[in-house]
Amino acid sequence: MIVAIPVDEDQKSLCPSFGRAPWMMFSDTETGAQKILENPAAQAQGGAGLKAAQFVADQDAAALITVRCGENAAKVLKAAGIAIYQSGAPEAAENLAALRDGRLSEMTRFHPGFVGGQP
Amino acid sequence: MTVAVLSGKGGAGKTFAAVNLAAAAGKAVYIDCDVEEPNGRLFWQPRGVTERPVTTALPVFDPEKCVGCRSCVDFCRFNALVYVKKAPMVFPEVCHACGGCALVCPQGAVGEQHRKVGVVEEGNRDQIHVVTGVLRTGEVSAVPVIRAALSAGLSRGDLTIIDCPPGSGCPVMESVREADYCLLVTEPTAFGLHNMAMVHQLCRLLGKPCGLLINREEAPYAPLEDYCAREGLPILLRIPYRRQLAQWGAEGAVAVRRDEALKAEFTRLLREIGGTAV
Repeated sequence: MIVAIPVDEDQKSLCPSFGRAPWMMFSDTETGAQKILENPAAQAQGGAGLKAAQFVADQDAAALITVRCGENAAKVLKAAGIAIYQSGAPEAAENLAALRDGRLSEMTRFHPGFVGGQP
Repeated sequence: MTVAVLSGKGGAGKTFAAVNLAAAAGKAVYIDCDVEEPNGRLFWQPRGVTERPVTTALPVFDPEKCVGCRSCVDFCRFNALVYVKKAPMVFPEVCHACGGCALVCPQGAVGEQHRKVGVVEEGNRDQIHVVTGVLRTGEVSAVPVIRAALSAGLSRGDLTIIDCPPGSGCPVMESVREADYCLLVTEPTAFGLHNMAMVHQLCRLLGKPCGLLINREEAPYAPLEDYCAREGLPILLRIPYRRQLAQWGAEGAVAVRRDEALKAEFTRLLREIGGTAV
């Protein structure tokens, strides 16, 4: 299973924003293979969460571990059959271990997003 | 002549200024572009009101024709489209109805449906033609309703007063685009000055002549006076802080119809900016 994690500039710690994270880490839990790709949505004018969700779906991820996630992105991820987990620690590695041990729970609260935030 | 009334900060007195300016003129078209909370109609209480829906286009996809090339997804700069599980999805509140997805689709798989986002009301009171844009509650973008209200009201009469929304974003830009003059309204407070300065910059950027109305003034506010002197912003009218005005406002009364001196002040303002009173 491929797990996606939005990570910060250091490519290790979770970025609090899913849509605008500079990097997206993809880890294969079976093989241990890991790649870190630039998040194409980071600089999006609008709809960053949607674009990031599309990107995660295109990488065939089956799960996402994130600090927070907007409603729109959640809709896309759900449609793509991607499970969304609430992060439990600041570092990506700790979260992968926690997911493996069944210590992460699925996210139930999604924020309304920032689309149209500028009045 | 078309005069846009704007303030940046909400509650500064845009509607008060716009309604009284139109009433002082005697004959005018009044367009309420503050479509999230159009309050001008409470003062006018227009008669013979007709209502027209405002719709916006939304793409619909023909699954028979779509081959999953994603041209539409890649084209959409607002990221309103995604493609998952071999099907396109649209997010209506993110879509700006530009129609680009239909243009770029090589398969002709994108059609249009229309979604109601608000209404435009039109009515009359005395010699005031009242146009009111009303955004449907929950809609994200006010722009389509503002455009519809403006196209209904503009060029209907010699004098048009546009009551703009608060803020300094897209809805405000849309509202002032056709204006010949921008009447800025502020309170003599730090908050009022800050937001007024933002819309002042915007109006200047758009090449509009501007003048200021200071509302609810107890005493001159030095930073505001300094700003006007420094930026060459003429102060056209100072409305003192008066309990009576608040009371008339709460009653839904138009102040210049009860106060001849105030009417004379608004008439003078109108003349100074190049408008005419009947």
